[in-house]
Parts: sequence; structure tokens; C-alpha cells
Amino acid sequence: MTATGIGAPVRRKEDQRFVTGQGRYVDDFNRPGQAYAYFLRSPHAHAIIRSIDTGPAMIMPGVIAVFTGDDLAADKIGGLICGWMIHSKDGSPMKAGPHPALAQGKVRYVGDHVAVVIAETLAQAKDAAEAIVVDYDVLPAVVDPAQATKASAQVHDVSPDNTVFNWHLGNKDEAEAAFARAKHITTIDLVNNRLVPNPIEPRAAVGEYDPGTDNYTLYTTSQNPHVARLVLSAFIGVAPEHKLRVIAPDVGGGFGSKIFIYAEETVCVWAAKKVKRPVKWTSDRTEAFLSDAHGRDHVTHAEMATDENGRIIGLRVHTVANLGAYLSTFSSSVPTYLYAPLLSGQYDIPAIYCEVDAVYTNTAPVDAYRGAGRPEATYVLERLVEKTARELGQDPAEFRRKNYITQFPHATPVIMTYDTGDYAASLDKALELADYKNFQQRKQESARRGKLRGIGFSSYIEACGIAPSQAVGSLGAGVGLWESAEVRVNPTGSVEVLTGSHSHGQGHETTFAQLVSDRLGIPIDQVSIVHGDTDKVQFGMGTYGSRSGAVGMSAIAKALDKVIAKGKKVAAHVLEASEGDIEFKDGRFGVAGTDRSMAFGEIALQAYIAHKFSGQDLEPGLKEGAFYDPTNFTFPAGVHICEVEIDPDTGVTKIERWTAVDDFGVIINPMIVEGQVHGGIAQGVGQALLEGAVYDQSGQLITASFNDYCMPRAIDLPSFQVGMTVTPCPSNPLGIKGCGEAGAIAAPPAVINAITDALGHEDIAMPATPQAVWRAAQKARMPMAAE
Amino acid sequence: MTTVSLTVNGQSVTADVDPRTLLVQFLRDNLRLTGTHVGCDTSQCGACVVHLNGHAVKSCTVLAVQADSSVVTTIEGIAEGGELHPMQAAFREHHGLQCGYCTPGMIMSAIDIVNRKGHALDEQTIRAELEGNLCRCTGYHNIVKAVAAGAQGMAQSLLRQAAE
Repeated sequence: MTATGIGAPVRRKEDQRFVTGQGRYVDDFNRPGQAYAYFLRSPHAHAIIRSIDTGPAMIMPGVIAVFTGDDLAADKIGGLICGWMIHSKDGSPMKAGPHPALAQGKVRYVGDHVAVVIAETLAQAKDAAEAIVVDYDVLPAVVDPAQATKASAQVHDVSPDNTVFNWHLGNKDEAEAAFARAKHITTIDLVNNRLVPNPIEPRAAVGEYDPGTDNYTLYTTSQNPHVARLVLSAFIGVAPEHKLRVIAPDVGGGFGSKIFIYAEETVCVWAAKKVKRPVKWTSDRTEAFLSDAHGRDHVTHAEMATDENGRIIGLRVHTVANLGAYLSTFSSSVPTYLYAPLLSGQYDIPAIYCEVDAVYTNTAPVDAYRGAGRPEATYVLERLVEKTARELGQDPAEFRRKNYITQFPHATPVIMTYDTGDYAASLDKALELADYKNFQQRKQESARRGKLRGIGFSSYIEACGIAPSQAVGSLGAGVGLWESAEVRVNPTGSVEVLTGSHSHGQGHETTFAQLVSDRLGIPIDQVSIVHGDTDKVQFGMGTYGSRSGAVGMSAIAKALDKVIAKGKKVAAHVLEASEGDIEFKDGRFGVAGTDRSMAFGEIALQAYIAHKFSGQDLEPGLKEGAFYDPTNFTFPAGVHICEVEIDPDTGVTKIERWTAVDDFGVIINPMIVEGQVHGGIAQGVGQALLEGAVYDQSGQLITASFNDYCMPRAIDLPSFQVGMTVTPCPSNPLGIKGCGEAGAIAAPPAVINAITDALGHEDIAMPATPQAVWRAAQKARMPMAAE
Repeated sequence: MTTVSLTVNGQSVTADVDPRTLLVQFLRDNLRLTGTHVGCDTSQCGACVVHLNGHAVKSCTVLAVQADSSVVTTIEGIAEGGELHPMQAAFREHHGLQCGYCTPGMIMSAIDIVNRKGHALDEQTIRAELEGNLCRCTGYHNIVKAVAAGAQGMAQSLLRQAAE
């Protein structure tokens, strides 16, 4: 390993600009003549719009234009789309209601987009929005997913009972047979609490139109600018694809919420042409709470069957998934193919059957949030496994070990084929790092101080490296999920790599350059990574699903192989040897068995001056591209152990120890990987202890600011003990599995398993706030008193 | 409009502003100092922290006119002579940032913590003192390490200055 090659904890190249305030985020871009957009949003969860009078707003100071849904319709601007078709059990397609960028006749959640004001200043746009007169006919609202199919409110005409789809996976008969012969059955009812992603940078967009060239430009906070361009052009019809440039510059965190194509950027691009001015919109935090796609929101009943030997023989799961008022871009895939295929976890479970009823409610759309379906699956499975072990009187670690999959490849009953793993190795390492053998001693010591100590496990698996295009196509995806790369070698030997991945905190400028430096044997500062601009990068699928390493870097590796192959041809001419005798090693092209060699940069120059070979037989230049389509999902897995101490008098849960041992396959930069683990755990702990989006019965979001929605702060979290095991992934050329979501997937059940262990009963839901834990602790002390 | 005059990163600036202009808007929109960020509208996230007369403030909660005749330092103003401030260097060295959006506010708060609490900071003190700054990426683990190291770096920097 070199100091900057694969496996080295290289300090990040991008940090110089970030620590000096020179990062360039969308709101930092100001275009000449720019005007400001402000969206009038629905104050009602569900209402008919009888009329909108924009007249009073039009005469307000500084107002340039006011637009409503009628204006978009008049220009034949289409609605927002959901790009993943799910079919119900009966074969019928999901019921997708219309999703106009500005409401047409009806609003369906608080925060829905009613009109947009374009003005000289943001303050003027806000003032004018208050002058718009909207006559609403307020309708009953439905907010509780468990009640959605029985509600009097009907969110979309297309679905009278608010059902989007009734989907299933697995084999019902086999599962029933397993339960019929079970020695023990464990049941559980769970709510996976609704979350707001909350990257600290709010969403923003600047739309621009050049009448001279008929070109549009959109600066947007996107995790996948090419997909945004494709959707905006091919489906929404704002501009032709070749006339629309989408730029996603530095983006301040995404966690899934910036994958989707939203109303605001659609309107900014369209309005820029209408008003002949650049149009800028920046979300404030309350708008973000109201209109960013939320995450999770499942209600689940599940049961696990075990035989007389304590082996898991069956799993049945029924989930109601709240998709909100409209189907967001990838929302339908989250509670289906990103959820149920993970229900086998790390365990050899012969029979699994899962049913998912997805419903509309009068709440913000729900879509992928860090982990996306996999945290929900892991919460169900790991709570059930822990509860089963307790009911059987078995040690939860050993119960897991007994049921681990040990032979690979392993086909689960829920369509996944795990390629590799060593789950017991991670468990052993985690038990040691967590000092599990002395836990009882620590528990007794806590008890002496009147405190309740508990330990909780989470033995998670996830499917990352999303995804083989053919496979996801057969499951309903509207796109392929390969990635592209282009390696441009300059005559001076420096290299630009254009990637379809997008970095919004992951550090691609460093890790991708490490791969290039390693493979080409050139200094890392001779490598630039270019991303986030559709005019520079030809196409790409973007960053989500922990795919940038496994898929994005594999594309780069493939392009680098082509560069080296071309370099060998050039070197053969220059070094006057046959191509088969040219070796590339340590950054030099050499003739085997001789001391004749030239550095990579020298060959690059030779490729461009083309003095030593015929430009007809061998093309001049050194630039290669590649598209990489993975052969399988990747399967990162690991064991997280959470140890808590609860003060039964206050209900405060303190995380005393956190141990994470993960197998991410080959690691490019351990510093960055550990950082991803830390951040994921924090979001998972946030879900378990602090966070929850709460709508009241009328559909008002009562947690719509950082005052009301409890984000994890430094004082809420411990330092984490992070360890690794490695089984290289056989499904991509670099052996990478992906690390971005692991912590968020692993953490929630680890926390709740620890709390239930401390309390001695299972009756606690997420978020386990001090109030909830206090109540649960009182119940544990005096079962009657808390009734 | 109201006239404000203040010193920002060592330079005198005077401008006519709408009286409701926030200090953060003045810095970002008038002076184009876009390193100071806005992450919320309730003074919770701390992405906008700058130093006003040597003390950390949330610039989303200060009117530009309140900063009249004051000295303001932003993230753009703490590196000297092309060399990173010890706290900036510590954030880079300890991977105390990912997306970078909360980072300027974190660094400005961290320097203020050192100014108030000294150079020997334990983990619990750092975590408690970071109450006003939200980060969604790092889980704070490496931020805590960076602040402790940055505090030490600031102490060494003072010693060097004293020796010169």
C-alpha cells in the first residue's frame, strides 16, 4: 500500500475549500439579473381549491409574476413521476395519482404547492404570497396509515380506499407449513417511526434560460443530476434533454432526500423562461420539514417460528407502508424490493412470506431515507430475533450464531443470493470489543446505583451496490442502475476522471483519486475528479444505495484498464517492442526482460504527439470511457452492540458503549469509511431515541422545525468503537461492498434491544424519549401503577 | 434603508441595507462571503456562527444594523498568511467534516469554546459546548476529536507567537 493508494487513510482533497468557507453550494450561486421564487403552500392537509385570485399579489412591489397550476398546464408541463412500477398480488399496476408541480384543483398535504411568486427580492416574493387569495373547501384528512383504507378521506380519485398496492414476496404456503410445525412462535407489533432526513443544507434551485441558444441551466441540490435532467426533459417536459444542463455543485448532505425530482426545481427552470430572468429558490427549514420527502413510516405485525432445536424455520411479516399524499420518485421501491428481500438477514430461514399494503395519506410524500427499506426490515427482524432468544431463554448472541448462514453463495427465500460473508467473525470481534463477558458485572454495578443497564444486538445485512440493471428492470425499475466513468489523460500525464456518481459528503474527490493514483502509479495531486455537471459528464445514475464505491469506482477501474491497454499499444511503438511484451507496473510501461521503460506521463505525451506511430493504425490521444453494470447486489453485513444505562427516575437513556464491527469488503480509505459508519449510527440512534415526525389528526405537521423535531446533538451520542472484518466482494472488480447506510440500518434495533433488555419488558416504541422510557420503567417497577 | 459601517475580516465596509436585513444576509448577499451558511430559521443549527467583537454569535439572529461599528470575523477571515487556523487544520486532519455545510459554523464555535474554556478540553465538555451546532453527517465523533486537537493546536500556536 502506498501513502495515497487503496487502503490508505488519505486526508481529503476537498477539505481545503470546506474548512476555509470556499465550498460552493447552490445558494452560493447568484446569476446576473436573478429573481427570487417563493412558493405559497397549502395550510390544509386536504382541500378543494375553489379559486385562486393572484390579482392582489400581482400589484405588490417588486412582483414579476405569479403562477399557478393552470399556467403549468397551459404550457403542457407534466406532473412529477414515480419511476418504479409495483404490481399488486392480483397483477394490477399500482394506483398512481396525478402529481402536478403546482396544485390543480386540490391540495393533498400541508405544504403542497399552490402558487409561486417571482419577485425582485425574496422579501417581496414572501410579502406578495400573503396577498394571494385562495378559496379552499376543506375536506377531512387521513394521516394514520393503519386507518387509511377505512378513512372517509379519499386522497386520489384513482384509489377509493387509499391503497397504492397490495404487494407480497416469498412463499405463503411454505411459511404456513413452517408455522404449523413450529415448536415456538414469537410475535411482535412495531411502528417504524416517520423521519425527516434534514441534511443541514436545505434544498435549493436556480433556473436559467438563454433565449439566444435556447439552452436551460439548472443549479440544484441533487444526488443525481443526470436522472434529474432525464426526468425533467423526458417525463415532465420542461426542456429537451440536450438543451438542459443540470449542475449539482457542492451539496450539503442528502441521505436520500436529494435523489428525488421535486416541484420547486421544475418550476424554477420553467419560470426562468417565462419571466426571462434567472429564478432562484432556497428552502427554509420549515419548508424542508413540510416538503422534503420523509422516510420510514411503517406499521408492522410479524411472527417468527422456531423448531425444537432453536432454529428459525419461518418468518411472516405484514406491513402497512405510508407513502404520503403523492408517489415520490422512487417511493414505491422502498417498502417493497428494498425491504422484503432483506428479511432473511444473516439467517438461514427456509420459509419467509411478506405482505405490504402501501397507502396514501394526507402527509408529505415518503421516499428513500438513508438505508431505505433496509432499516425497516432490519428493525423487524432484529427485534424479533432478540425477542425470540429471550422467550427461548437463550443468549441473544449465541441464538444468532446458531442461525447464521455459513455457506455461500446462499439463496434466500426472498429473491436475494448472498455472494459472500463471515457473520460469526464479525460477531466474535464485536463481542470481544464490547467486553460482553463482563456485561453482567457492569449491570450489577449499575443496579447498585439504582440504574438499569441493558445490552442490545443488531446483526444486520443490507443489499447495496445498487444494482444489476437487468435484475431491477425485471422488478419494475424504470431505469438501469449501472454507472459511467471517463478517464481523460492529459499530454502532461495528469488525469481527469469524469464520474456519474455524485459526492455530497462522501469524499469521492479523494477516494476515487486514490484508485487512479494506485492503478496508474501517479501522484494523487495529479488526479482531478469531475462530477455533478451534465455538460461535463455524459451520463450517470448518481449516488444513493451505497453504490458509489461498488458501482461508480468499478466503472472507473474498467476505464483505467482500457487506458492502460491503450498505453501499452503506444508504448510498444515508442519502445520498439511487440505489444505483448509491454508490462505496466509501478507507473511505468516497460519491455519485459529489459531495462527499457517509460513513465506513464511520458507515454501519455507520446500518445498525443503521435510521432512514433501511424495515426491511422492507432488513434492518437489517451481517453477511455466505461459503463459498469454490476453482476449482483453487494451484501455488507456486521454486528452492532449497544449498551445503555437508564435512569428510571428521569427516563434518560445514556448510551454507555457502542461497538460496530462491519464487513464492507475491500476498503479504499478507512478514515472515510469509519466516518460513514459514525454518521449512520448517529442517524439510527436519532431514530431510536429522539426523532419522529408527528402529524396531528387534522394533518398539521407539529414537528416542523428544529425546535420541535429532536435532531441528535453531540451530547446525545457517545464515541463509537468501530472495527472491521473483510470478505472481499466477488461481484465487482474492486471487492467493495459499500458502507454508507450500514450504521442507520444497524442502529435502531440495537438501541431498542438494549432498552428492552434494561427494562425487562418489550413495551417501548421508537423514539424512546425520556418520557416514554420513564413510563416504561414505571411499568416495569409497578405493573399496575402505569396502567 | 439604513447605513451600517463595520469591520469584517479586517476590512472596513459600509453599506445601505433594509433595516430587517440579518447579519448573515448582509455577509452572504452584500459582501459575498458565502462561507457562512444558513441551515435553519430558529437559531438551532449553528451553520451561521461568526464572531462578533470576538464572541460567537448566530448571525441569523443578529440584525446587520446591530453589528454597526462592530468587528466581525467569518470563516474566510481566520486563516493567516495562507496558513490554516489550527482549528481548520484539525478538522481536516481528524476528518471532522463530510459535506462541509455545518463546518464553518462548527469551526467558529469551536474556536469560541477554546477562547472560553481553555485548551485542555475533555470529551464531555466539548460535547456539551457544541449544543448549538448541528451536524447530520459525522455523528460528531470526529468533530469532538478535531475540537480537542484544534484546542491543542491553538495552544502551540500561542507558544510559537510568544517565542517569536
